[in-house]
Amino acid sequence: MRNRSALILTTVLTTGALTLTACGSRDKDKGDDNSSGDKKTVVIGFDAPLTGDLSALGIGMRNSAELAVKTANKENTVEGVEFKLQPLDDQAQPSVGGQNAQKFISDSDVLGVVGPLNSNVSQSMQKPFNDANLTQISPANTGTELTQGDGWKKGDKKRQFKTFFRTATTDQVQGQFAAQYLFQKAKIKKVYLIDDQKTYGAGLAASFKDTFTDLGGKIVGQDHVNPEDRDFKSVVSQVKGKGAEAVYYGGEYPAAAPLSQQLKESGAKIPLMGGDGMKSEEFPKLNKKAIGDLGTSVGKPVEELPSAKKFIEEYNKNYKENMETYGGGTYDATWSIIEAVKLAVEGNNGKLPSDGRVKVLEAMSKVKFQGVTGDVSFDQYGDTTNTMMTAYQVNKGNKWESKFSEAYKPR
Amino acid sequence: MNELPQQLANGLILGAMYGLIAIGYTMVYGIVQLINFAHGEIFMVGGFGALTVSLWLPDGFSLLAAIPLMIIGGIICSVAVGTAAERFAYRPLRGAPRLAPLITAIGLSILLQQAVWKWYPEAKKDRSFPQFSGDPVHVFGADIQRGDFFLIIAAPACMLILGWYVNKTRSGRGMQATAQDPDTAKLMGINTDRIIVMAFAIGAAFAAIAAVGYGLHNGQVGFKMGFIMGLKAFTAAVLGGIGNIYGAMLGGIVLGVAEALATGYMGDVPGMEQFGGGAWKDVWAFALLILVLLLRPQGLLGERVADRA
Repeated sequence: MRNRSALILTTVLTTGALTLTACGSRDKDKGDDNSSGDKKTVVIGFDAPLTGDLSALGIGMRNSAELAVKTANKENTVEGVEFKLQPLDDQAQPSVGGQNAQKFISDSDVLGVVGPLNSNVSQSMQKPFNDANLTQISPANTGTELTQGDGWKKGDKKRQFKTFFRTATTDQVQGQFAAQYLFQKAKIKKVYLIDDQKTYGAGLAASFKDTFTDLGGKIVGQDHVNPEDRDFKSVVSQVKGKGAEAVYYGGEYPAAAPLSQQLKESGAKIPLMGGDGMKSEEFPKLNKKAIGDLGTSVGKPVEELPSAKKFIEEYNKNYKENMETYGGGTYDATWSIIEAVKLAVEGNNGKLPSDGRVKVLEAMSKVKFQGVTGDVSFDQYGDTTNTMMTAYQVNKGNKWESKFSEAYKPR
Repeated sequence: MNELPQQLANGLILGAMYGLIAIGYTMVYGIVQLINFAHGEIFMVGGFGALTVSLWLPDGFSLLAAIPLMIIGGIICSVAVGTAAERFAYRPLRGAPRLAPLITAIGLSILLQQAVWKWYPEAKKDRSFPQFSGDPVHVFGADIQRGDFFLIIAAPACMLILGWYVNKTRSGRGMQATAQDPDTAKLMGINTDRIIVMAFAIGAAFAAIAAVGYGLHNGQVGFKMGFIMGLKAFTAAVLGGIGNIYGAMLGGIVLGVAEALATGYMGDVPGMEQFGGGAWKDVWAFALLILVLLLRPQGLLGERVADRA
């Protein structure tokens, strides 16, 4: 018996060691290929929740990023460079996002990272990327302080991290746009404000509040809830007591759906309005009483854009999952990195520079192209210059329907 | 509009739900001195059982007629999980130090959550639960949603049945005897193993009824719903005096009303403005627990008993 187990152990160890060395040598072969061959590999990192509550959004993003990489390789967008996407799952958790950031940093082939979905996950990735000069671009983070610092509410804007860019516009823009739409187009003067205290929700509510009161509207009450809550009866009672004409909610659809439903069931026939975290296909699915609810989202609905037609066709040909809210934005974000790599290569006599990360970062602020969501370029904070916003409403068929689009100028 | 009747009604309905779940904690504790921390997940499984039945029923089936079937479906699932937990997770550990079953309970709770998350179709996000249509009914200055009448009726009905069972039936008295002294009860010919299974089963059945109420009240069920509800119900059980079935219901109602009033009015108290609102309700619930434990450690209806150890 003893001998047999010793034999098994030895076999296992030997096989393991052989497998490891095999892996090692294969990697090395590949490296040799790259240096002797005519194409260099550039890895684009990707991070989003691919499992869990918000995975529908994350998977749509991953597919879109993959499509951008495939297209660039097929069309040979950057001479002598082969792109590769490395997707990692952050489970919508800041700690996991931080670990993923370290993985990207330690791989010297990674010259840019697309993602993540959640603003609070981004907060744990920004500093490490900044220290490593690794460009990060998020298609979905709308938290204003991510680019402009905590002082933005008082008008004291300061760029936080030189490596952070985004194709999504900020909550400042989104909240202001929502306030203006509600006050001027929907003619609602009294609003009850609720947020879920997360980076995204609280920022959205704060920017909504300022603009709405400036316009002459009245915030009749304000409340905070926990994102895990599903029972909003006491909050709803407060809303009814204050005579609000609408409720603005800063938060995401898993809590927004029961909030809206309980609001309507209490007998208060008023709409709930929220941002792009609420404007998901899941919202009307979860909440049968969503009719009349309002939502805003960044960009124009991709279906309405001529620039997006080819993208949508290609996407539907290749993937079965829905691209969800951020598909077009993710494609553009990934393409921005590809463009930046192109600029870096062109600036280095057609060869990939040895200090690739620094050069890509320098090129990033000069990137300018016609993307899926419209013109893509970045301002001095790393924010997109494309502030196109759209307001949606849930129609009688319980589906989101676009109502009004505008290139919104922040106040 | 005066909100007080509305907030009181919200609190009572929430309290009835807490109380029904708390029965499961209190009965198991009363008999085997075990805190079954997986009880919140047994509640959650009951909600999914009821949801499954409602999905099987044909379209256009009246919800009023569906509810008894949904209750039965929920009870079957909850009781199956509850008794299986007793048989396979707790019985093997019956002689072990108290910490062992406690840790098993926490493990079991995570296991059940993940199992539903993984294997129930589309349970990775919240599932919507069937709802009564129609406007709320106006009673004593409060608007009560139609679905909430389920809890208003079910909670007292369940308590009456339980009271009758424990005091008047043979196995109910056997339960009381086992709670007082399991060894002597065994010597008197009471099948204590059966009694313990009964305690788990009754607790699970009540949790399933509460889960149907939860679904009707909140409009959806999700795999995470058991955790915080279980914790609140445990608080209710301790608040009322753990081991006392009427205490569990009272504790639930006190907790529910305190939560609703704190949400509604704490913000109006001078100097406490920032502590009002929905985000603080859990804080007030657990602050109340600490307060009761400091001032009256045996709970509202509990009696000071010598530790059996």
